[in-house]
Amino acid sequence: MTLLSSDSVTSFGPAVALACRECGTRTELGPHYACLECFGPLEVVYDVPRVTREQIAAGPQSLWRYKDFLPVPADVASQPGLRPGWTKLVKADNLARELGIRSLWVKDDSGNPTHSFKDRVVAVALSAARQLGFTTIGCASTGNLANAVAAAAARAGLRSVVFVPSDLEAGKTVTTAVYGGTLVAVEGSYDDVNRLCSEVAADQPWGFVNINLRPYYAEGSKTVGFEVAEQLGWHLPEQVVAPVASGSLLTKVDKAFKELGAAGLVEATPYKVFGAQATGCSPVSQAYRDGTDVVRPVRPKTIAKSLAIGNPADGPYALDVVRRTGGAIADVSDEEVVEGIRLLARTEGIFAETAGGVTVAVTRKLLAAGLLDPDAETVILNTGDGLKTLDAVAPVVGPSATIPPSYDAFQKAGLA
Amino acid sequence: MSVSVRIPTILRTYTGGAAEVTAEPGDEATLADLLEALETSYPGIRGRVLDDGGALRRFVNVYVGDEDVRFSEGLATPTPPGSSVSVIPAVAGG
Repeated sequence: MTLLSSDSVTSFGPAVALACRECGTRTELGPHYACLECFGPLEVVYDVPRVTREQIAAGPQSLWRYKDFLPVPADVASQPGLRPGWTKLVKADNLARELGIRSLWVKDDSGNPTHSFKDRVVAVALSAARQLGFTTIGCASTGNLANAVAAAAARAGLRSVVFVPSDLEAGKTVTTAVYGGTLVAVEGSYDDVNRLCSEVAADQPWGFVNINLRPYYAEGSKTVGFEVAEQLGWHLPEQVVAPVASGSLLTKVDKAFKELGAAGLVEATPYKVFGAQATGCSPVSQAYRDGTDVVRPVRPKTIAKSLAIGNPADGPYALDVVRRTGGAIADVSDEEVVEGIRLLARTEGIFAETAGGVTVAVTRKLLAAGLLDPDAETVILNTGDGLKTLDAVAPVVGPSATIPPSYDAFQKAGLA
Repeated sequence: MSVSVRIPTILRTYTGGAAEVTAEPGDEATLADLLEALETSYPGIRGRVLDDGGALRRFVNVYVGDEDVRFSEGLATPTPPGSSVSVIPAVAGG
């Protein structure tokens, strides 16, 4: 295993240690991800940064504007990278009208370099890989992370080895393979892929972004929360709806809001975090409904493959966040997912991948159930691009008419 | 025949660095019996896998063959001679 260099502390910027989320045991910064005491996930801890809104606003238009909140060196922006982040926060008035909600925004992370929020986590993991001396990076992925790792490795001149389920959407396979790294299709579910990668990571000198680089990787998701707050004019939204796969994104948006409050960059106003799952893979939603903090693994069966994690590592923490903030978690059928994709596309011109369809459909469901407040400022997260999951909507959308190339035919078809 | 057990990196301090060890918990043994047999050979290892209440810790996944024991009978899952067991920390999403 790679050892830290002597200047390792400064090379991780404001990060000072890793700490177990379960028992609090501290570990030095390094390629560690599970607590030696209890297997709990390790999380980066920092000295609270002293940074002003003006300093952040003067930073690059990428996630590196928040480097003072990330385990990255001060000069991180000078290293070769894809520079994800600073994606659009779209005021979604048409969708708001349709859903019957007063103030609605869509944080559209399909605008990242490989069209999903995973470019954020990979950017931070890649920086950590450099600090730790890894020359090969890998991951277990449902597709979006595979895209992001393969592209980032290509740009950084590193080798990549990514593992995905073999039944992945064609769009995600092509958009990973094109970058020229090693793409391994595993005949099994994402949970099977995860297990295989854990065993590979234990024996190969590689940096697996969501395994032995996980504490750093996970911090990248905070930047979604930072951007939402800054783009709203430095305040926290009252409600956020996030998709839940492993549950990590949802928990990190919460962490971002707490860190901004602690740093004095926003007023620490109350907010509620809501989670969205597809019914065909809804272990966290089921645990929420059952009132338990035990997330029982399931075997996924849903078109929302990027959320098809049957054994979500951060599920218990997602439940904690939702319950602590007064939010909720709900799930929707595959038919509702497709309706959600079409609704967002039809009202706002945003083509979301299936996970985005889940989030829109769950937002509608939570409003109907009276769990989301229609008068509160609400942000929903679209984590990826619909071009990667065309198969989900291809059967139900198509041309309005097919006609010969004559004006007469156009008129006869009643299209005018 | 014995049962083979894949050991994750963070538990290899108990196995002298070995990535795979064997145990002979008996023909009718369960995962609980296997962990007891491992504890005899590698003192302290069971307490890393089980919490104070004797249940599997929530961030460790244990497989007998290809099956996550949470899908079968948990600690009562049979571990017959010749089976292979993997102990794996939970992983972030992808």
